[in-house]
Amino acid sequence: MNNLLRLEEGVARIDGDDAWTLVREIDAELPLGALILPLARWLEDPVQQGVWLGPDDEVEPLKPWFHLLPLIALDFPSFRDGRGYSQAYLLRTRLGWTGELRAIGDVLRDQLSHMRQCGFDSFAVREDKSAEDALKGLAGMSVLYGRSVIEPRPLFRRR
Amino acid sequence: MYQYDDYDRALVFERVAQFRDQVERFMAGELSEEEFLPLRLQNGLYLQKHAYMLRVAIPYGTLGAGQMRTLASIARDFDRGYGHFTTRQNMQFNWIELAQVPDILERLAQVEMHAIQTSGNCVRNITTEAFAGVAADELIDPRPLAEILRQWSTINPEFLFLPRKFKIAICSAKQDRAAIMMHDIGLYLYPGADGQMLLRVIVGGGLGRTPILGLQIREGLPWQHLLSYVEAVLRVYNRHGRRDNKYKARIKILVKALGIEAFAKEVEEEWQYLKDGPAQLTDVEYERVASAFVPPLYQSLAGTDLDFGTRLAQNPAFARWVTRNVQPHKVPGYVSVVLSTKPGIASPPGDVTAEQMDAVADWSEQFGFGEIRIAHEQNIVLPDVTKSDLYALWCLACDQGLGCANIGLLTDIIACPGGDFCALANAKSIPIAQAIQARFEDLDYLHDLGDISLNISGCMNACGHHHIGNIGILGVDKNGSEWYQITLGGAQGKNSALGKVIGPSFSAAEVPNVIEGIISTFVRYRESEELFVDTVQRIGLEPFKERIYPIVLEVSA
Repeated sequence: MNNLLRLEEGVARIDGDDAWTLVREIDAELPLGALILPLARWLEDPVQQGVWLGPDDEVEPLKPWFHLLPLIALDFPSFRDGRGYSQAYLLRTRLGWTGELRAIGDVLRDQLSHMRQCGFDSFAVREDKSAEDALKGLAGMSVLYGRSVIEPRPLFRRR
Repeated sequence: MYQYDDYDRALVFERVAQFRDQVERFMAGELSEEEFLPLRLQNGLYLQKHAYMLRVAIPYGTLGAGQMRTLASIARDFDRGYGHFTTRQNMQFNWIELAQVPDILERLAQVEMHAIQTSGNCVRNITTEAFAGVAADELIDPRPLAEILRQWSTINPEFLFLPRKFKIAICSAKQDRAAIMMHDIGLYLYPGADGQMLLRVIVGGGLGRTPILGLQIREGLPWQHLLSYVEAVLRVYNRHGRRDNKYKARIKILVKALGIEAFAKEVEEEWQYLKDGPAQLTDVEYERVASAFVPPLYQSLAGTDLDFGTRLAQNPAFARWVTRNVQPHKVPGYVSVVLSTKPGIASPPGDVTAEQMDAVADWSEQFGFGEIRIAHEQNIVLPDVTKSDLYALWCLACDQGLGCANIGLLTDIIACPGGDFCALANAKSIPIAQAIQARFEDLDYLHDLGDISLNISGCMNACGHHHIGNIGILGVDKNGSEWYQITLGGAQGKNSALGKVIGPSFSAAEVPNVIEGIISTFVRYRESEELFVDTVQRIGLEPFKERIYPIVLEVSA
C-alpha cells in the first residue's frame, strides 16, 4: 500500500516500500503477492495472508488463527465510524494480538493519535492526503486522562 | 471547587493549540467541511442560522467568580454582550467568528475552562444538580465522582466517535434534580448499609424524537467500579449501537431493541473483563478530587435570624421571593438562592448579559465563597448565602433584573433558543415563552397556582425538555409554517413522567389563550392546594381538551 505510516518502537516514519496489497473486493482471480483479504474470503482458506475486517465484523473468531496471521487491518469506511477503535482495543487488550494492526479506509491526520492510542501501529492514510502532513497528527496530546491500549493505567494511577 | 494541576492545564492548552491548527487548516482549505465538522463539534462549535455558536462546558454546573467574569468578558469582546445558559448547565455564545474561536478557547483555558466535547457524538458534559454539596436533602456529595468521570471521559480515544451523543448525569439527593432518568446513563449515588458509596446505574433514558425513561441495569455497584462499568456500557454501545440512521442511533434504541435484560447481560459480560483492573478507582484518587470539594469555612450561625424575620414580615415582595427562590441548606443559618433568568419580556429564558454576569460574580464573593452554580432549569444559583444577607442580595438582584420571584412557577419557563438562532428548529421558542410570560404577569396569581413547569422546545430534538414539563410545548412544522403541539402531565425528578399530547397543534397566536384555558381548567378542578401535575393525573386530559378545543374554534372563527 502507498501512503503508509508505520510506528516502530514508538518512532513514526513514512513507509514508501510497503509490500501489502489491499483486496477490497474479490474478483475472479486474486493478484499475486502479499494480500490483505476480506474476512469472509480469508476464513475460507486461512493461509498466511493478511486479513481486513469491516466495522460489522466480530474480532473474536480470529483468535485461533493468530499464529498464522501476519497482519490484521481494520477498515474505517468513514472516519466518523468509531467501531474500529473498540475492535482494536479488543484485539490488543483482550485477545492479545501482538502483530501488525493497520488502519485502512478513511484514515485522516486528525484521528491518527486516537488510533495510535487504541493500538494501531500502521496507518494507510487516505490516498488523496499527504503522508508527510498526516505524520504530524500521530503524536496527539501529552495528557491522557483515561487509559488506552498503549497506556493501560489511567492518569490517576500515574499522577 | 476543583483546581487544575499541571496535567489538567497542559491538556486544555494543548487542545487549544490543536484546534487553532485545525481552524487554520480549514480556513486555508486543507480540511474539507466534512472533515472539519466533527473536529469543531468536539470543541463546542456549531454553525447556526446566522453565525457560529460556541458552547462552553460548565462541568456539573459549577463555576467560580473569576470564571464567570471571563464568560462576561467573552460576551463583551467576542459576542453581542450576552450569553445563554442551557438545560445541560452550559453556556452558549451565539454570535461568534470562527477565526476568533481559538482566542476565546485560550481565554477559557486561562481560567481552567474549556468547550471540549460539548457537542459531537461523544460523551458530553457530566451534569448533576445545582445544589450539589449544599442541599439539605443530599445523601452524598456527587461532585467528586462527577469530576472523576469528567476527566475520564475527556478525549478518551476509544469513545470519540460513538453512534450518537452520550449524556451522563449523577445525583445523590432525595429529590432527583438532575433528571437522571432522562440520560443515556443516569447514576444515583447512595450510601449502603455499611456507609459505603453505592451506585444505581440507569441506562437508555432520553428525550428527543423517542422520549423514554431510563431503566435500571445495576443496583449496589460499589463506587470504585464507576469507570469500569461506564466503560463496559460505552463499549457495548460503541460496538452495537445503530449507525445507519441518526434518529435511531442513541443508546435508548439499542436498549429497546435488545431488551433491558439482554442489554444488562451484555454489559455485565463486558464488565467481567474490566472489573478489578487498572480502571478501578482508588481511595487516593477519590481523596485527591474530593479534597477540592470540602465544605468552605461556614460561620456558626443560629437557624433563625432576627433581622431576616423582620424583613420578611415587613416586605411581602421579599417574602414571596424567599418562598420561591430560596432553598434549604445543610448548614444552619445558610440557604441557597436561585436567581431567575426568566424576567419575562425583558429577556429570553436563560439569557444573561455581561453586566449581569459580572454582578453575579461580585455577589458570589460578597455573599458566599465565590462559587456559582447553573441549574438545569437555566437559572443561576448562589449556593452559600446567610439568611442575614438575603435582603441585601434580593435588592441587588432586583436592580439587575435577576430578582424575579418565579422559581418553579408557570413563568419559570425552560426554553431552547429555538428558531431565532438554531438551524435545526422547526419553530421559534423565545416569542412563545415571552407571550406566555406577558399573559401571566400577575405574580399573586402565579403564586396561588403553585408549582407548574412549562417547557418549550423548537423541534423534536427536545433541548427545552418539553416532554417532562407539566405543560410541554413543541414547535412543529406544518407546510412551512410554525405550529405548536401541547403535552400535559410530564414531570421530572423521582416521579418522572412523559407528557401526553392533548390534540392537534396550535398557531403561535393561539398558544397564550390555550395556556390560559389549561390553567383555568386546573383552577376549576383543583382540590385545595393540589399541584397542577397532580390535578392532571387525577382528572386526565379530557376536561382540558373540552375546554381548549372550543376556545380555538372561537379564536379562529
